[in-house]
Amino acid sequence: MSSNPASPTPVKSTGMHVGTIRAGVAKKDPILIADGVRRQFGGLVAVDVEHVEIPRNAITALIGPNGAGKTTFFNLLTGFDQPNEGKWSFNGKSLAGVSAYKVARMGLIRTFQLTKALSLLSVMDNMKLGSPDQKGEKLWASFFPVLWKKKEIEIETQALNLLKRFNLDTKQSEYAASLSGGQRKLLEMARALMSKPELVMLDEPMAGVNPALTQSLLEHILNLKSAGMTVLFVEHDMHMVRHIADWVIVMAEGKVVAEGPPGEVMKNPAVIDAYLGSHQEIDLGTITGRISIPKSGKEK
Amino acid sequence: MDFLGVLNSTIGFVLDPVTFAFSLAALGLALHFGFAGLLNMGMAAFMALGAYGYAIGILTFGLPWYLAALLGPLAAVIFAIILGVPTLRLRGDYLAIVTIAAAEIMRLLFLTTTFGPVTGSADGLSGHNSATFWAANPIAEGQYDFGPFRGTELDWWVRLVGFGILCVAVVVVWLLVNSPWGRVLKGIREDEDALRSLGKNVFAFKMQALIIGGILGSLGGLVLAMGQNVNPNQYVTSITFYIWTALLLGGAATVFGPLAGSIIFWTIQAFIGLLMPALASEGLLFGLSSIQAAQIKFILVGLALVLIVVFRPQGIFGNKKELTFVK
Repeated sequence: MSSNPASPTPVKSTGMHVGTIRAGVAKKDPILIADGVRRQFGGLVAVDVEHVEIPRNAITALIGPNGAGKTTFFNLLTGFDQPNEGKWSFNGKSLAGVSAYKVARMGLIRTFQLTKALSLLSVMDNMKLGSPDQKGEKLWASFFPVLWKKKEIEIETQALNLLKRFNLDTKQSEYAASLSGGQRKLLEMARALMSKPELVMLDEPMAGVNPALTQSLLEHILNLKSAGMTVLFVEHDMHMVRHIADWVIVMAEGKVVAEGPPGEVMKNPAVIDAYLGSHQEIDLGTITGRISIPKSGKEK
Repeated sequence: MDFLGVLNSTIGFVLDPVTFAFSLAALGLALHFGFAGLLNMGMAAFMALGAYGYAIGILTFGLPWYLAALLGPLAAVIFAIILGVPTLRLRGDYLAIVTIAAAEIMRLLFLTTTFGPVTGSADGLSGHNSATFWAANPIAEGQYDFGPFRGTELDWWVRLVGFGILCVAVVVVWLLVNSPWGRVLKGIREDEDALRSLGKNVFAFKMQALIIGGILGSLGGLVLAMGQNVNPNQYVTSITFYIWTALLLGGAATVFGPLAGSIIFWTIQAFIGLLMPALASEGLLFGLSSIQAAQIKFILVGLALVLIVVFRPQGIFGNKKELTFVK
C-alpha cells in the first residue's frame, strides 16, 4: 500500500509436516483433510486426490497446469460440487453431502476465479451480505427493524473498516458494477472477510491485477495469516507463490503430484516437468523486448 | 364523437377493482422478477387460485367471505411450493418454462367438465359475491358519484376492500425489500453462487420469495373475483403478459413502479379500447367496424411492451444508473 512503502518480508511458517516431505504428507495441525476424493465427469477423471492435508494458520498455494483440477477441487471442498467418492473434513467435521452455504457458515469462505461482485448492489450492500449473523435476513424478522437496526450499524462499521483497509471506502455507495476488475477482486476478498472465516480459499486472486495492486493484495493475504486465519489459494504467478506461500501443493491431471515448502517443491523434477517447464529461470522479458527500468537502489 | 365521455370513462379506470387486481399481481411479480430474479411466467395461475379459492369457498363450502378469501392465498402457497421444489435448484429459465406450463394446466383444470359441479367449467362461477360479501357492506344503499368515479354502494365496497388489500400489500413489500432479507434477495438476483459462498441458503430465500409473490398474485385474483364473476377465460396466458407489461412499464425492481405501471397500462388500454370504436363509428378508421377497432388495443399493447423494453428497460420508476451497467 502507498502508506506502507517498505513491504515486509513475510514470516514463513516451517516444520508443519510430520515425517519426510512427499505428496500427501501428514501435517501437525491440519485444518482441512481430503481423503480419496474423486470426481468424474463421464469418462474424465477431473480430481483424484489420494490424501492431502492443509496446515492451519499458514498460507498454502495450490499450483498446477491448466486443467489440473484445481478449481474442481476447490468446488468439491466448498460444497459447490460433490465428489463421486471420498471423505473430506474441515476442523474434524465431515463435509460429505454438506451444501455450500452450510460449509460457508462453518467458517470456510471461498472466492471465485471469475469474480462474483454483485453488480447492481452498492459496494456497501455487497459487504453487508458477507455478514453471517444479521437476524433481519429472516423473513419474519424483516418486518421489525427494531430487531436488526442495531446489528446493521455494527455491520456497517465493520464493513467500513474493511473497505478502508482495501482502499475501497470512497466507493461504498457506488454500484459494484462500476468498479474495475482489480477492485472487484479486492471487494470480493473484503466481503469474504466480513464473516471472520477460519479458512479463506482464494481462486486466482491475482489474475488480471496490475503489479501495484498485486503488491497490496499480497499484503492483505499476509495480514490474514497474522490475524490467525488459514489461506489456501490457487495461483499461476510463481514469484508470488514463492514470496508468500508457506507450503505448496502441486496438482497435475487431478492428482497431487508433489508438495512441500516453495523453495524445495520448485526444484522437484516432477513439478518442473508437469508445470513449471525447464526454462523457468530464463526471463522471457529479455526476448520480447521489455524496457529495462533503471534500478532505484531499493530493489533486491 | 364524445371525446370528453371517453376521457371521463378512462379516468374512472384508475379506481377500478381491475386496476387494483393488476397492481397486486404486478407487485407479486416485482418481488419474483425485480428483486429475486425469478422468471415467473405463470402469474395467471396464482390469480386464478385466488379467484377460484374465494368463489369455491363461498359457493361450495359455504364459508363467510373473509374466510373464503384466505383459501386462495393458501392454495397459492401450496402451488408455489409444488412449482419451486423441482425448479428453484435449476437455472432461472427452467422456472419460466415450468410456470408457463403449470399456469395452462391450472386453467385447463378449472375449465374441464370433470370438476364442473365445483368450478362451473366453462361457465365459471357467479353469485358468490351476493351470498355473503355484499351483505357485509357497511356503505348505505345508493349511487355515489365523485367526478369521473361513479358507482353504487356495491362498487365502492369492492373498491374499498381492493384498495385496502393493496395498501397492506404495498407496506408489506416495502418493508420486505428494504430489510436485510430484501438485500439477500437482490444478491441472489445478481449471483446465486456468490450468495452461497457467503453462507446464505439461496433455495430457502427463493422459495420464500416465490410464495410471497404468489400470495400477492392470488390476492389480485381475489380482488378481481370480488368485482365480477369468475371465468376460466380470464386467466389465460395473455393476462400474465399484461402484468409483465405493467411491471416493466413501472420498473421491475421498485415497489411503486408496479402500481404506477398497472394504473397507466390499464387506463391507456381502456382509453384506446374506448377511443378506437368511437373513431371507427365516426368513419375515421379506414372503414374498420367498431368491433374490429376495439381489437387494435391489443396490437398497441404489444407495441408498447416492445418500445418499453427497447427505450426504457428500467421502467418509469427504475433507477437510470442501473442501466449503465446492464450486461
